[in-house]
Amino acid sequence: MGMRRVAIVGAGLTKFVRRAQETGKELAYEAAKMALDSCELTLEDVGCVSLGTAPDAFDGVHMKGEYLSDGAGGWRKPVMRPYVGGGTGVFNAIHGWFHVASGLFDICLVVAEEKMSSCYPHPAGAFLTIFDHTTEQPLKPNLIWIFALEMRRYMETYGISHRDIALVSVKNKKNAMDHPCAQIPQEITVDDVLNSEVLADPVHRLDISPTSDGAAALVLVAEHIAKKITDKPVWIDGVGWNVDTAYWATRDLCYPRYVEKAARMAYEMAGIKEPHKEIQVAEPYDPFDYKELHHMEGLLLCGKGEAPRLTAEGVTARDGNLPTCPSGGLLGVGNPIAASGVMKICEIFWQLRGEAGKRQVPGKPKVGLAQAWGDLMQVGTVIVMKV
Amino acid sequence: MNNKKYDFKGTPLRGSDIKEKKVLTTSWRPNLQYAWDDGVAIGRYLKELKNGKIIARKCNKCERIMIPPRMFCELCFRATDEWVYVENTGVINTFSISYVHWDAKRIKEGEKPFIPAVIEIDGASEGMGILHVLGEVDPEDVKSGMRVKAVWKSPEERIGAITDIKYFKPI
Repeated sequence: MGMRRVAIVGAGLTKFVRRAQETGKELAYEAAKMALDSCELTLEDVGCVSLGTAPDAFDGVHMKGEYLSDGAGGWRKPVMRPYVGGGTGVFNAIHGWFHVASGLFDICLVVAEEKMSSCYPHPAGAFLTIFDHTTEQPLKPNLIWIFALEMRRYMETYGISHRDIALVSVKNKKNAMDHPCAQIPQEITVDDVLNSEVLADPVHRLDISPTSDGAAALVLVAEHIAKKITDKPVWIDGVGWNVDTAYWATRDLCYPRYVEKAARMAYEMAGIKEPHKEIQVAEPYDPFDYKELHHMEGLLLCGKGEAPRLTAEGVTARDGNLPTCPSGGLLGVGNPIAASGVMKICEIFWQLRGEAGKRQVPGKPKVGLAQAWGDLMQVGTVIVMKV
Repeated sequence: MNNKKYDFKGTPLRGSDIKEKKVLTTSWRPNLQYAWDDGVAIGRYLKELKNGKIIARKCNKCERIMIPPRMFCELCFRATDEWVYVENTGVINTFSISYVHWDAKRIKEGEKPFIPAVIEIDGASEGMGILHVLGEVDPEDVKSGMRVKAVWKSPEERIGAITDIKYFKPI
């Protein structure tokens, strides 16, 4: 395609917390600095910055990208801010990939930050404006409604029980117990999930990831730089993204076709023909427990309606054949929107390098995948990574 | 992982840190107001709602009858062709029983939960649904696949808004 090969050589992450004392800018700095330090580069080496952060409404800071840019290492540098709602994290890394693959820059610092706690009384209120302002907003929808509607459709189409789905929450929150940045690592049972507060049936409290503050960062470099500075580059060999119509109620919510399209694009680029066999560790986007299953199916990691069975059989456990969300995911580590997508890429980076410590999946995985999702049930963003 | 090598930054706060002023905050309550223009397609949709009717728009190439109506077909990427009245009845595709308001506040004790639903409207193409709420039904009696009908505000109360339909109720 005339594109250069791009490697991830550094990763940085802050703790994910309900409310951080640090400003968004300070969080962005901590993650960016850690990512640079991890590969012994300095800001001077950085050619450009790709900065991801979700709606300005959370922070209440207009032009949040520009506000955050110096914390993200963007001072007097070419900075761009890509944005696709919850899909922003992975989209941001894809965007960074472009900068390097195109030959325009040799080193791109990818930074994502979210500070949701500034929004009162609850950041959920800021989501009202994602719904169509004329035909939906007057009905005063809560963000959870759309997940509840999709979750029920998914359950009823394939005959899946809430019990099947709750296993994802149990798994991910437990995985998070080994993550030093996790906001809600917990050892819970399926019954705890089913008995937790009903918010919008079928969605219960413990089906949902928390709102969070946090930041994450990556250093992306061209092949010739990667070979100079590390013997463990992690290659971005496939990227894909796709957007479906915002008329979300006019398409079948049982299956995320846009995720499949994004995945097929990434797989084709990475030369992956049988994703369910070739992908060895995955971080599908899990803001709600059923979403991990929904996304595994969209990512073609299993057939439609089959993801709950794989979960029940332990295939997706950290020591299973296809570990999913070994980090603990958004359900366990937390969900500072844009930062959570980059956190997933950090996790695959560490997993493929064999540096995930207590979270390390066995078998020295060589091929991994991170995916994010967002907007009105309409955006899929996928990255395939290899060592 | 690099746990040993790295000190992950980030300082978690508690609610009490704010109350006790251990951490200082500056707050602002914006009073922003917007007036959104109705647009060509949705403008007609709203006018028809005021008349107690639901209107869709047809693309003669893919032959889809689309609701909410739109002046362009996003699949064929061409102008749509005709206005088509559809029924004020439909089928529940999926629904929820919600105990939270839009801003995540819980409903009060004794208050009825909201029942949002995707309703596939009769007369529109298969799978064409809209978001609305259900009424005159006990939450435990709601089922996907149930047929429902729009319950309108009185003509004097209607203003040309999606809320001119108070809710849909089972037929």
